Amino acid sequence: MSSADVLAIFSGALTTLLLSACGIALGLPIGLGMAVTRWARVPVLSQIVAVYVSLLRATPLVTLLLLLFFALPNVGIPVGPISAGVIALTLNTSAFNCEVWRASLMDFPKEQIEAAQSVGMRRGLRFRRVVMPQIVRTSLPGLINEMSLLIKVTPVLAVVGVVDITRAAVRIGAETYEPLPPFFVAIAIYLPIVYALVSLQRWVERRHVRLEAAA
Amino acid sequence: MIHDFGLVWLDRELLLTGLGNTVLLSVLAGFCALALGALLSTVLMNRSRFIAIPGQAFVDTMRCTPFLLFAYIVYYGLPSLGVNFDNWGAGLAALIVYHTAYMAEILRGAWAAQPRAPIEAGMAFGYSGLRMFRRIVLPPLMLSAGPVVGNQVIQIVKDSAFLTIIALPELTHAASSIQSRRYIPFAAFIAAVLLYWAICLVVEAGVAAVGRMAEARR
Repeated sequence: MSSADVLAIFSGALTTLLLSACGIALGLPIGLGMAVTRWARVPVLSQIVAVYVSLLRATPLVTLLLLLFFALPNVGIPVGPISAGVIALTLNTSAFNCEVWRASLMDFPKEQIEAAQSVGMRRGLRFRRVVMPQIVRTSLPGLINEMSLLIKVTPVLAVVGVVDITRAAVRIGAETYEPLPPFFVAIAIYLPIVYALVSLQRWVERRHVRLEAAA
Repeated sequence: MIHDFGLVWLDRELLLTGLGNTVLLSVLAGFCALALGALLSTVLMNRSRFIAIPGQAFVDTMRCTPFLLFAYIVYYGLPSLGVNFDNWGAGLAALIVYHTAYMAEILRGAWAAQPRAPIEAGMAFGYSGLRMFRRIVLPPLMLSAGPVVGNQVIQIVKDSAFLTIIALPELTHAASSIQSRRYIPFAAFIAAVLLYWAICLVVEAGVAAVGRMAEARR
């Protein structure tokens, strides 16, 4: 394995990170929207979201990705490997994010909402200034945990031909007839990324506990 | 569309074989990972740091490694170490080793949260070593860790889908072959997704039953 090969794996890492960032950036607000829909018990929509979340949480990302990659062009939506990958990651992570957001919303103390009502705050203002800042704090550990899970499933994108870390590693392994070294390089890239997220999650959790104890 | 699902129905044997293989893989991997994880949790909880730290290092490495890459390493790596596996052996071994780490960490967390009193009472009655672990420590651990272990089993079911890359004929692989044979991607993969959903609902029902048992015994 030459240094050019290692470089190729690193450029694949850039793709992996970029696509994960897209999935996270899209999945967070969509998950929040779905959680609020269920929290506010919007008729019909809230039941649809419940089924969607249950279904998506049970679907392996490979299966979802293959479904989107092969079926969307069939119904006239042209998707390449990259866009299919981003859509699959977003759908997957939004379902998990929805559950994290929803748990915080369900735990949110009712008195605070009533207090905000009593001083005449409207619904939008109430959500923005009272609910949102607090649920962001309580959801954060769960959301970071979901980010690390998302990064861990990104090698799947290679299955439909996204040139990410894994695809680069597979290609180099096939060319050199030595599949192991490139896979170890790939794992060596994933380890610190996921470890950083896991550590961040633990740190946020500890800080949260400390702040709660101080309050 | 209905016609497409009709075509999937014609290939139902292939799909059901895939479903059977997915269930078989998940059940075997689930039981083995849970049993090995219980053993490994005794390593993690060991008072000697020389024993606990290597165990923790293994668990942390697995938790930061994507399963797909791990499966590739097992599939390509073991033959060069002289261990020859077919794709079934390699896939199952990868699932078991990977999820043993997660199960051990789950049980360690639940163990650390257990009250000390029953263990001290067990000591007073002369329990020690493996007998203590099996009779006193493990049963309440399994009940309290039930829901999280259930989530991990669902994770095993979902990770087994990755094994399609090493051509293991599980559910996703079956759906892929139906789609490539008849070119009905939507119907083939939706059928697979619904079957995965069904498996997860069954696991969740099992977890709820364990939860009721735990509630009744409290």
